[in-house]
Amino acid sequence: MNKPPLITLDSVTKRYGAVVAVDTVSLEIDAGAFFALLGPSGCGKTTLMRLIAGFETPDEGRILIDGEDMAGVPPHLRPVNMMFQSYALFPHMDVASNIAFGLVQARMPKPKIKARVADLLDLVQLKGFEARKPDQLSGGQRQRVALARALARNPRLVLLDEPLAALDKKLREETQFELMRVQRELGTAFLVVTHDQDEAMVMAQRIAVMRSGRIEQIGTPLMIYEEPATRFVAGFIGDANQLEGTVVETGQGLCSVELAKGARVTARGASVNGAKVVVMVRPEHMQLGGAGLPGLVLDCAYRGDMQMIRVELLGGGIVRVASFGVQAQAMLQRGSQVMVSFAPQFARVLPS
Amino acid sequence: MSQTRPISERLIFWLPFAWLVLFFLVPFLIVVKISLSQAALSQPPYEPVLTMVDGWDGLLSKLAGLSLTSYDLLIEDGLYLAAYASSLRLAALATCLTLLIGYPLAYAIARAPVGWRASLLLLAVAPFWTSFLIRVYAWIAILKDEGLLNWALMTVGIISEPLQIMASDTAVLIGITYAYLPFMVLPLYSSIERQPVALREAAADLGASPWSIFWRITVPLSRAGIVAGCLLVFIPAIGEFVIPDLLGGSQTLMIGKSLWVEFFDNRDWPMASSVAVVLLILLVLPMALYERAQMAQVRS
Repeated sequence: MNKPPLITLDSVTKRYGAVVAVDTVSLEIDAGAFFALLGPSGCGKTTLMRLIAGFETPDEGRILIDGEDMAGVPPHLRPVNMMFQSYALFPHMDVASNIAFGLVQARMPKPKIKARVADLLDLVQLKGFEARKPDQLSGGQRQRVALARALARNPRLVLLDEPLAALDKKLREETQFELMRVQRELGTAFLVVTHDQDEAMVMAQRIAVMRSGRIEQIGTPLMIYEEPATRFVAGFIGDANQLEGTVVETGQGLCSVELAKGARVTARGASVNGAKVVVMVRPEHMQLGGAGLPGLVLDCAYRGDMQMIRVELLGGGIVRVASFGVQAQAMLQRGSQVMVSFAPQFARVLPS
Repeated sequence: MSQTRPISERLIFWLPFAWLVLFFLVPFLIVVKISLSQAALSQPPYEPVLTMVDGWDGLLSKLAGLSLTSYDLLIEDGLYLAAYASSLRLAALATCLTLLIGYPLAYAIARAPVGWRASLLLLAVAPFWTSFLIRVYAWIAILKDEGLLNWALMTVGIISEPLQIMASDTAVLIGITYAYLPFMVLPLYSSIERQPVALREAAADLGASPWSIFWRITVPLSRAGIVAGCLLVFIPAIGEFVIPDLLGGSQTLMIGKSLWVEFFDNRDWPMASSVAVVLLILLVLPMALYERAQMAQVRS
């Protein structure tokens, strides 16, 4: 537990003119971790990664790699390698030369380079493609060459900028597991930057959710999904029903919240009486029936493994209820009156 | 199928082709024909003149009068070959110089902030706004014994005697290098400018210093621009006439000048034509070989 983290960001700030791209961000990434920076486009996640790679210099704060301050260290001298969103494969070099580029720079002897390139091609399952030029490869193959090239120098950390964005949907899913396998086999730390919450949830052990230059929450996928710290995180990761109200009673980690039009619900979380809050409930934690909030069915989408039912609450607002298993279709006609209920332990009180 | 293509589409294909036949191939064949004729004191100054006035038999007997005399002379008289060699040498040197000066220039423009690039590029081609002749005359004022360059060097004290640059191959070299620099800079600029920034960043990320990024990424990727720029300078420089005439001396041998002398001073059209034909073959042959090598590379 006393081992220092591999990467430490200490109150890092980066400004472009009046725009604060990264705003006093602090985070730690452990050796061997699979870490994801997740956020909408323009949230500063790519800038943060470029700061670690050394393509940008922070205006304030420090970046430590293995405890060493990286201030003034140019990209080519940092023990991190990056896989670019565009892959940035060198078009005039074949696959083998692309992968060997960093090794040649490191003045590794030729026979060793050859062996290393062969190993890497094996790892990314591209044996026999040595002599191909990048424009003779498919998108998925290019992605794997870029990965092998980034891994070639045995970096302490690999930065992956939207690694799956350029792939089609089916390939994306396969590649997710592929990246996880490679990461597991090598034990190299991966930092993935993505705007896709599914990607981050599937691959990463820890996720930092970013919004306008700041980190909203850092945690495991489970924590971030089940215990979102803010409204933004709740809405960005997965579906979330958000009911606005005022706290009227607190105690034992629970709050009683009065919604508009007087209905009361109980939810987990700490707050103070009179605070304006949001009660967040995932659709799969809401049921139809029981004692709860009355509403009218708006529509009902059948998705095979489940139904997504939208209900307009009489107290105002629309909620989504995920219903698994077979339900009586007739009951869910548009306009039918239903009760929406949820257990307090699945509802969270978040600051409004 | 060509039958099913609309006429307009076929026109688009044939028009440039017809243009080349009419304004390049036909004149070239005329020049070839003149090069096979003999000089004569007549109008036009060569014979035979191919006409149909004597019918088919007359035309055939005139064709029999064509010969390779001019080409024999061209090979026997060492002066022409020396002029070709000297032109090739000067053009090659000028190409190297424009590349050496043009690459850093193009690189600097291509890496300048986006808003600046257009203006900087405009400055690089600004000399085209004045007449070519005036610019070459300006070099006389700079290079002559009592010219600007000697004055400056002597004032600073680097030399005590004026350098004799005018009327020498050096002056021709300087003139050609200056005049053709924009033709080198433009293709180089466009081939450097369109290289994605991410490629350089990826190279830096993989441990390449700025110096090795330049040699391993930027230069190889600008190869098309280097080839285009070199061809654009080398080919016209070989046949250059005005610059050697104004800046060169009596001992400056360039094939463009020889051609001029044959045509206008000696009025030996067949000789001048044969000089032109050989020049064209000298230029087209390496280009055709290069094209073939390129095609072979693409196919493999």
